[in-house]
Amino acid sequence: MGHRTTLPTDQDRLRMLRDGWIASVPGRCVQCGICSYNCPMGIDVRSYSRLGLTIDDPRCFRCGSCVSHCPRSTLVAVVAEPAA
Amino acid sequence: MNRHLLVGSGIAALTAAESIRQSDPSARLLMVSEEAEPFYSRPGLAYLLKGDVPERQLRIRSPGEIEALGLERVTGRVARVSAVGRQVTLADGRKLGFDRLLLATGAASIAPAFPGAELRGVVRLDSLGDAREILRLAGRGRTAVVVGGGSTALELVEGVRARGMRTHYFMRGDRYWARVLDPVESGLVEARLAESGVRIHRHTEVAAAVGHAGRLRAVDTAAGGRIPCDLLAVATGVRPRLELAQEAGLAVERGILVEKSLETSQPDIFAAGDVAQAYDPTAGRAVLDTLWSTAEEQGRVAGLNMAGGGVAYGKRVARNVTCLAGVVTAVIGDVGGEEDLDLVTITRGQSEAWSGGPATLTVSERGREDRIRLRLGPRTIVGAVIMGSQSLAEPLAQLIAARTDLSSLLPALWEQPASLRVLLQRFRSGQVPAGDRDVQALVAR
Repeated sequence: MGHRTTLPTDQDRLRMLRDGWIASVPGRCVQCGICSYNCPMGIDVRSYSRLGLTIDDPRCFRCGSCVSHCPRSTLVAVVAEPAA
Repeated sequence: MNRHLLVGSGIAALTAAESIRQSDPSARLLMVSEEAEPFYSRPGLAYLLKGDVPERQLRIRSPGEIEALGLERVTGRVARVSAVGRQVTLADGRKLGFDRLLLATGAASIAPAFPGAELRGVVRLDSLGDAREILRLAGRGRTAVVVGGGSTALELVEGVRARGMRTHYFMRGDRYWARVLDPVESGLVEARLAESGVRIHRHTEVAAAVGHAGRLRAVDTAAGGRIPCDLLAVATGVRPRLELAQEAGLAVERGILVEKSLETSQPDIFAAGDVAQAYDPTAGRAVLDTLWSTAEEQGRVAGLNMAGGGVAYGKRVARNVTCLAGVVTAVIGDVGGEEDLDLVTITRGQSEAWSGGPATLTVSERGREDRIRLRLGPRTIVGAVIMGSQSLAEPLAQLIAARTDLSSLLPALWEQPASLRVLLQRFRSGQVPAGDRDVQALVAR
């Protein structure tokens, strides 16, 4: 499993859509709400990140806006690596 | 029905209220605070100042969540706590009884001592009200001076600069946040500030704030200079608000001393957050923390214990993540540090556990803005400063928190700091058990 703090680009985006998810690192969030404010789908991302949870909302299409806006790198885009 | 009284409305008090409610659905929950605001993110004020979020976005609970909490909020200043009489008296004379009391009064910025500190335009950043005042001043002023250190000073510098003010940053010493950062890290932050147009004045102190008709007009420096300005922001450290505890006869040092239950020296009176001074097993002494995550965890444990939970607070390794001039920076464990002339006391977003402790050295450095500095004890990593990419922050935090014995690895790390990333990535993915032999084999590759 690979972890990235910045979003993949180009063809990686497709993989992110298919095999990716947005996770949050427990203990980092200070609940500033920048993630929710910048979510184009209106998801309250903060309600997950403040508890260190993976974003679990059917509207999330892993665009990574919350990842790139979080000033504390609380949110991370995770892509499952294919089995070796 | 138990009456729980919470003094303060920060994250420690809110989290305590939530954990009491979870444990005891029928408890009466009363919260007294001077601020009447909806609960907001105090660290988020930095982003409000910069314009990254609007004010309403800083509210950390929805109206539905607040309603479900069943909390009665009282606006007022607590003037006195009677431990024996189990009641608090507000400044306006109202009296509120309690079965269990939480003091989560937080910490307040130190008032500047120079002449003219009372002028309109001389500000500090403790509350949402302060942030609003700074934004109001920035909206009509052209030049700002910021003095102090730590993350709050930088929040002020970046905030007023983002609002288009000409910004001067005064440092008493020769570099930024010497208590926590090493010279390279300070230099990185200062360079970015300078690139954004901030004028840094080293070895510079305010002699006086100069005003006219009660309003700030200029700052005089100790060296005899004068800078006309409309805003002077001061961030030279914070002090726990101890007065109530002292007067009530609770045991205090720099903060309110608490047991593992977060109970103070008086039964049924608890303390949590910036005002509490809790034992840190790593530091071997009771320390202050002005960290959001600490306040949240202490609030949770204090609330559980107020509801009769019998939970021990286990202080975690002190850690904070902040954004310094646009560089995400994590500070974990004991990172050393020098005397910091810009800070009189602890600053916000800091732990006393970050300085002192065993003698250690810097071992690892990467690109200009992706930098990792480790402090190494004889067998363990005791602290880390991680700037830029945070991909190694969690595995490092785990190693530091668990005090994992890495004695066979450390000599190799000294010789080949570049092996750090490979090692930690494999460690994190579970390919490297903590056993010394495995670590050695990995580094030998």
